[in-house]
Amino acid sequence: MTAKWTPKPSLPPPALEKGIGGWIYKNLFSSPGNAVLTLLGAALLLWAVPPVVRWALLDANWIGQSRSACDPLSADAPTGACWVFIKVRLGLFVYGFYPDPERWRVNIIFVVGALALWPLLAPTLFKHSRVQVVYSIAAVAVVLILFGAKPAGAALGFFGLPFLLARISLKKRLPTEAGGIKGIAPGAGLALLGALAVYGGLRWLLGPAPSGAIATLAALLCLPLIFAKPLSVMLWRGIFLFTVYPLFVFFMLVGGVLGLPHVETHYWGGLFLTLVVAGSGMVTALPIGILLALGRRSEMPVIKTLCVSFIEFVRGVPLVSVLFMASVMFPLFLPEDVNVDKLLRALVGITFFYAAYMAEVIRGGLQAIPKGQYEAAQALGWSYWKMMGLIILPQTLRLVIPGLANNFLSLLKDTTLVAVIGLLDLLGIAKAAMADVEWLGFTKEAYVFAAAVFWTFCFGLSRYSVHLEKKYHVRYR
Amino acid sequence: MAHDHHTARQRPSISWLNDARVRSWAAQALVLAVLIAAAGYAVYNIGQNLHKAGITTGFGFLGEPAGFDISQTLITYSSRSTYARALLVGILNTLLVSVLGILFSTLLGFALGVIRLSPNWLVSRMAAAYTEIIRNIPLLLQVLFWYLAILAPLPGPRQALHINNWIYLCNRGLQVPRPIGEPGFGATPLALGGAAILAIVLVRWNRSRQMRTGERFPAYWISLGLLVGLPLLTLVLTGFPLHWEIPSLQGFNFEGGVTLLPELIALWLALTLYAATFIGEYVRSGIMSVDPGQAEAAHALGHRPWMTYRLIIIPQAMRVVTPPLISQYLTLVKNSSLAVVIGYPELVHVFAGTALNQSGQAVEIISITMAVYLAISLVISLLMNWYNKKFALRGT
Repeated sequence: MTAKWTPKPSLPPPALEKGIGGWIYKNLFSSPGNAVLTLLGAALLLWAVPPVVRWALLDANWIGQSRSACDPLSADAPTGACWVFIKVRLGLFVYGFYPDPERWRVNIIFVVGALALWPLLAPTLFKHSRVQVVYSIAAVAVVLILFGAKPAGAALGFFGLPFLLARISLKKRLPTEAGGIKGIAPGAGLALLGALAVYGGLRWLLGPAPSGAIATLAALLCLPLIFAKPLSVMLWRGIFLFTVYPLFVFFMLVGGVLGLPHVETHYWGGLFLTLVVAGSGMVTALPIGILLALGRRSEMPVIKTLCVSFIEFVRGVPLVSVLFMASVMFPLFLPEDVNVDKLLRALVGITFFYAAYMAEVIRGGLQAIPKGQYEAAQALGWSYWKMMGLIILPQTLRLVIPGLANNFLSLLKDTTLVAVIGLLDLLGIAKAAMADVEWLGFTKEAYVFAAAVFWTFCFGLSRYSVHLEKKYHVRYR
Repeated sequence: MAHDHHTARQRPSISWLNDARVRSWAAQALVLAVLIAAAGYAVYNIGQNLHKAGITTGFGFLGEPAGFDISQTLITYSSRSTYARALLVGILNTLLVSVLGILFSTLLGFALGVIRLSPNWLVSRMAAAYTEIIRNIPLLLQVLFWYLAILAPLPGPRQALHINNWIYLCNRGLQVPRPIGEPGFGATPLALGGAAILAIVLVRWNRSRQMRTGERFPAYWISLGLLVGLPLLTLVLTGFPLHWEIPSLQGFNFEGGVTLLPELIALWLALTLYAATFIGEYVRSGIMSVDPGQAEAAHALGHRPWMTYRLIIIPQAMRVVTPPLISQYLTLVKNSSLAVVIGYPELVHVFAGTALNQSGQAVEIISITMAVYLAISLVISLLMNWYNKKFALRGT
């Protein structure tokens, strides 16, 4: 008869290995050196954090509407930060000197931009077309509630047209056989006549500048319609965001059409100027950077030399000097009577500066694409642009997401440099606000507020780039 | 005949309109023509505009007296000095703040990188928090914050913060004692130079000896001892021919000592704190790029942790760290131009700011300024290429 073997119950883990105590031991006090480090770190935290928290939150003054709320002479004056200053001057920080009655125009571009951007940033939430329909209706409703009927009409076009455009594709209807080409001519002629009639009507209604812009835009939008296969609603939204939306922003902010008063750019300022500079810088610098990178890798000696020298020159000088050049030297290049807007000059400077940096990032990506990809495309007899556009660049851009995100981040941070040539972005406005005689001595508050705003944007952008990087990461086997 | 036939088959005749080479040359010629036309137009306009403004072009203005003062000069300079001299003062001030920034940001950055990888949860999180906070705030904002929000509200010279009445900190800057050498002091720098040469010889000898025999010798510690000890010994032997000129309050300002301008301090602090976060990330990624097997192998061979770091990990990590590190240095030099907003007299402020306003020679001055930065960039990238060639992996 064999005795049944019963194992003894396992011993508990050592006290220093389990629970909170174990974690503390392992992560904070595993060796004498570590213990000293922990104590030093804790001491540093205790020394630095409480005063900051007390200043910024506990002892801060949140209540009140005027300078007297923070007067150091009054009896119950708090010793901390005076956030009343930010509260009272918030309009200045967001809109700069944009005239008060026109500020809704800035709001509407913020709101429409955010509403249009959201589905593109989080496409997984909008997979079902029903969600998209509901979202678009909600977006138009939001605009209707906030801004009234006329803007809501524009929003309806902006959010509704993608649905319509996604349903039609001219490619299927184009006759493919040689005999069918004859049939195109009357149709094209008719379409042209119709377009001219619409353009004439627009011109009569809106005036030359907006109607020209709208006609160009329509022509641009027709290109994907004619040549591409049917695009999804999402893609059309993307196309709208990069074609229709900038135009909308331009006319809304500048005014002078559709009965909106003209607002000159030297009234622009604050957070919205920062976003305008950063947004237009990012959107324009990337394509120019791609072209420069392609030029640098090109086999044409003249193009290559030009691109290399431009990129190396720009990367060797500071942005401040480029901005100085744009503000002081560039007007000398033009005839006396031609006056280019200061904001536009700064934008051009920033765009070309960052295009050079992006070109280098993209070049790195281009070099990482296996040669076989180029050769396969060439073997299929594809033209250069088709090969680049459909095979090489999509893979390259996926590879260089982190590098591009870094460039976008520094661009966002470097928009502050436009303050050097006298434009009042968020930082410039902060400086202007603290020079206000009524609110002297609140420098820290202004800068901490501006820093918090920038930090939020930059941190969000960097997190989003990490997300994108993970999403588009492809492991080759 | 056969030969001709052969080539004809290889190159079928195509319309020159579709010939890739013809097309490429035509495109290049077009681009070049457009560029030359634009440049010509710009030059023509510059000529017209300057003629109307009554400004003579050329670099002759560099020899004329500048007529403005500069608040911090490393070489003798007065308002009667020439523009060329002002340019030199600006360049030196740029280099001063750049070198200071590079030095301290490297130290802080390496510390941050190593601490972020430390097994100690608290300090690694603190380093991460510091990095994420500082890196995501524009540098210009940080410069202005230190200058306007921290240094400007400091008390005036009469109520200056001080350490033992030796070092003063007030809204006019940081006052530190100045060392003044008496006769006989010259021997000390000489001793330092001698010690440096000795140390280099010692390190080289040690390296070749280790290569030959495998024996190690604490050459670095002895070198350090030499570098500190020899000058000290000389100082003692010559009877301390050195005294400190201590700043003292005379009327409304300080006399004696060395003054570090608040602009310099603000810029230096901001550049250092900001660049250190990037350097820390490079160091961290460099160390993480070394295969863990390397450290395990070193441990298996019986190397102690510190020696593993020094002999195995750091040399391999440096290969990854150096290129971005150098370009960060380059960025720091270029970022020093942000001083223009707080009025630290570096190249852009002195030359592209004050000198430009005084002389109106916009084209020449902006060109010179850019050329100086380009030259600095070029020197630094040459150094980097040299380093990369020297330490790149050879063979496989």
